[in-house]
Amino acid sequence: MWSRTTKNIKNVVSYFRTVNFSSQVVCHQKVCIVGSGPAGFYTAQHLLKNCPTLEIDMFEKLPVPFGLVRYGVAPDHPDVKNVINTFTAIAKSGRLQFVGNVTVGKDVTLNDLRNAYDVVVLAYGAAQDRWLGISGENLCNVVSARKFVGWYNGLPEESHLKFDLDAETAVIIGQGNVALDIARILLTPIDMLKKTDIAQHALEALSQSKIKNVKIVGRRGPLQVAFTIKELREMIKLPGNSYRIHLENPEFIDACLPKTSRPRKRLTELMLQSSSIKRSEEDSSKQWELIFHRTPIKIVGDSNANKVNGLVVGINHLTGDDWENPQVEDTGLRETIPCGMILKSIGYKSLPLSDELPFDHAKGIIRQTEGRVEGMQGVFCSGWVASGPVGVIASTMQSGHDVGKRIIEDLKNGIVGTGTRKPGRDAILSQLEARNVEPVTFVEWEALDNEERERGKYQKKPREKIVDVREMIDIAKKGQS
Amino acid sequence: MISVTFVNRDGDSMKVKAKVGDTFLDAAINNDVDLEGFGACEGTLSCSTCHIIFKKEDFDKLPDKPSDEEMDMLDLAYGLCDTSRLGCQITLTESMDGIVVTVPAQVADARNR
Repeated sequence: MWSRTTKNIKNVVSYFRTVNFSSQVVCHQKVCIVGSGPAGFYTAQHLLKNCPTLEIDMFEKLPVPFGLVRYGVAPDHPDVKNVINTFTAIAKSGRLQFVGNVTVGKDVTLNDLRNAYDVVVLAYGAAQDRWLGISGENLCNVVSARKFVGWYNGLPEESHLKFDLDAETAVIIGQGNVALDIARILLTPIDMLKKTDIAQHALEALSQSKIKNVKIVGRRGPLQVAFTIKELREMIKLPGNSYRIHLENPEFIDACLPKTSRPRKRLTELMLQSSSIKRSEEDSSKQWELIFHRTPIKIVGDSNANKVNGLVVGINHLTGDDWENPQVEDTGLRETIPCGMILKSIGYKSLPLSDELPFDHAKGIIRQTEGRVEGMQGVFCSGWVASGPVGVIASTMQSGHDVGKRIIEDLKNGIVGTGTRKPGRDAILSQLEARNVEPVTFVEWEALDNEERERGKYQKKPREKIVDVREMIDIAKKGQS
Repeated sequence: MISVTFVNRDGDSMKVKAKVGDTFLDAAINNDVDLEGFGACEGTLSCSTCHIIFKKEDFDKLPDKPSDEEMDMLDLAYGLCDTSRLGCQITLTESMDGIVVTVPAQVADARNR
């Protein structure tokens, strides 16, 4: 079994070598990327491969790289995180400098970056929530899915959060993969969770959890679910759990199947088959349910404790001939789903990191065409901040590569990078020093990485994530190997 | 060793020598084939980036049908068609000597917009 990291470094180095030379561009310009998740790294990968003289600085708000690969992918999906090996090889290629613990928009501005670099790529993702906009949304124990995921993944900003897991029933609003991830983490036997890299505070809280029933509630029907089949299969096979998939009109669903694409067909067939299987109750102390055609109307609570105790929903039905985009009509009927916790999994949102950034506030994305930010020469964007917060790593990979192509086009055609020579990293580093900011290098991250793995060994986990930023920086700077 | 050719979405052919018993993904990695982003999850059925398309006659001769797990990940692949498979799941045999597979784009190509 080959050592993945060494193989990947070898691959990346020789990978850059095998490119057809006629397609390469000689670039002396200075490039920086804001964000060290998949969008940032895949944009960098494409640029480094096609411009042999280019050097890139990658700024990251946290002391640690990798974005949602570290903080979004569920702890029980370790193989999805294998892309970290590819990113590590890129970071160690010698032509990318990781500069962690630097918040663009606070420690340095977008303008500072534009003055220092010929090309700025914004790849900072989506770190905000969409809101339902209904009454009761601020009651205790009504939580954004994004924060909950951050909490169990050890995101420093969310690690101090306390949730009341004493309730027997939790409702998750939304039917995407994040909703299923959360349901799975709430219902997976603790003995399985404790072998993952889940944050210790979350493991301890979940081991005391009394949640026995998780209702995953969607506004539309089974044909419109956003989750994918792998995640549904995991739920069906989840040990210690029974389930109910509430299909109100299975004949209609079945009749639609011939019109659907293969992926949708297989997913829907799995739901149809599973809804009619009687799962034995013996080994199932917990249960999950998929409930459709319910629009959240308001959240009601126990007025004493200010805590949620129910979700009022409107029952709807879908009309129109386009099953992919049906009209959602309110029947006027209402019901209340009693619950002690509500998780809102209705999508993430980005924010502009500077006031000058042209931004579509409705969609929560930067205004751009083909990755070029509108009206800002030399500024590009890739990944979720450009396209919206939908898509797996592979789609973000494509976005990164495509934006890389546009940047190279613009460099080649003299659209960017033809002005006076830019100062690059040195200018930014002096600003950071003047503002008492301590940037963290990739080598320092590796020291932190080693420490996390060491601590993980005691708990028989792949790593024990450190969740305090100060502690991260201290370890990174102290223990360099 | 047998010969395997990967054709990328630009129509460029990359012919390599590969070991019988390796997978198509191994063949690509070991020969440093220029396929950007291929095999992101390193052969663990956690992505669809090693998606390859066979000619019908080659596809029909493949010894094993895809598992549910492979089909589940293939379902996410752009350009999915009847002769699609994941390169990390197919082992090379002697009879595949000279085989040519296409590696499609990951998502709708920006150039076509």
